[in-house]
Amino acid sequence: MLSKRIIPCLDIKNGRTVKGVRFQELRDAGDPIELAEFYTKNGADELVFLDISASEEKRATLASLVEQIAAAINIPFTVGGGISSIQDVQSLLKNGADKVSINSAAIQNPELIKHLADKFGSQCIVVAIDAKQINGEWWVYSLGGKIKTSLNLYKWAQQVQQLGAGEILFTSMNHDGTKNGFANEALQQLSKKVSIPVIASGGAGTREHFLEVFQNGKADAALAASVFHFKEIDLPNLKSYLQENKITIR
Amino acid sequence: MNIVIIDYGAGNIKSIQFAIRRLGYNAILSNNTSLIQQADKVIFPGVGHANSAMKKLKDSKLDQIIPNLTQPVLGICLGMQLMCKYTEEGAVDGLGIFPISVYRFPQKSKIPHTGWNTIEKLRSPLFNSIQEKEYTYFVHSFYAPISDFTIAQTEYIIPFSAALQKGNFLATQFHPEKSSSPGERILSNFLNLNK
Repeated sequence: MLSKRIIPCLDIKNGRTVKGVRFQELRDAGDPIELAEFYTKNGADELVFLDISASEEKRATLASLVEQIAAAINIPFTVGGGISSIQDVQSLLKNGADKVSINSAAIQNPELIKHLADKFGSQCIVVAIDAKQINGEWWVYSLGGKIKTSLNLYKWAQQVQQLGAGEILFTSMNHDGTKNGFANEALQQLSKKVSIPVIASGGAGTREHFLEVFQNGKADAALAASVFHFKEIDLPNLKSYLQENKITIR
Repeated sequence: MNIVIIDYGAGNIKSIQFAIRRLGYNAILSNNTSLIQQADKVIFPGVGHANSAMKKLKDSKLDQIIPNLTQPVLGICLGMQLMCKYTEEGAVDGLGIFPISVYRFPQKSKIPHTGWNTIEKLRSPLFNSIQEKEYTYFVHSFYAPISDFTIAQTEYIIPFSAALQKGNFLATQFHPEKSSSPGERILSNFLNLNK
């Protein structure tokens, strides 16, 4: 049986992880490689690296970091953050990334998804969608949640699938950072409306939230950052809890 | 040991090179036919679209070289599918090493089949020390059905070939280089096969 995936997400700035990471096991909590190795050993099914640095040199730094990550870990990983061209994607894949995640660039130019899928294959193109529910309706936001667009979540998701996206990473801005659970209702709707895998993001606070996102949200994978970084949830413990509750987990 | 990963511009092949390095060996990336023919072990990767991949193989004459190799050859993912006779992806004729066809999954569940799934009915030295129902990592929309050449199978929508073997030609649908320690064990088993 295909297992549900648990995906820790690491925010990267100028080659270092941001958000304080409190692990006694790590010598250098800001070192993304050491953190990636730690999560890999602890049973992470995949990793996502989100580059939030704004500097001009970010592309070169990121490509070299991707190469170091690929050399160090033996599970798949996705790289995202400001990716806007075929050249960006080519460089990241060539350096060892398994998938790239695009967001604002896809909103600005939806055809980019098609160009990337045609050139590199759908399997490595993740489209990240940040959305917020306002008066019952889900609106897509761009530029890291700063700009409201006129796109409806479900319609945009169907469009990106049609253009060739291989996966959707949906972050609910209403739930992100609350630690009150994932946007299960929207996730369930999303899963009905698209036929590509959906990664749920935003709202993880407890083990039960992960159980709910798989049972009720019908998500294929669940992503979280701080609950793992601050060790509020221990990966091996989470995975055995989900297994006990009849979720297919590696 | 002389290990060559066939480099014909097919996606993320560095990961395979890194995985082999973690096992303590050095693999070179090359599309040079004589280097490939002289290698002790050949790895045939492939990510992307069957159509463009097959075209690149033909452009570099690798389509004639690969089927005649006599050393152990390991195809991975699209590499495996291209070793078959035909694939529905782009309606392309493959290398014909495995006399079977590759089909698109029926749309009864999410496609691509993405993530960790179990492999079973293991029957090949490739799976020495690998337990039945071990998890490995898959990403694909097309599959090879179960046949006489199946050495491992997986179920997603339908049972399909997770790995194939015919003589010195071995192939996995999953990505051993991305399948954590079991994947590394499978790669190591491949590298330890006798020539």
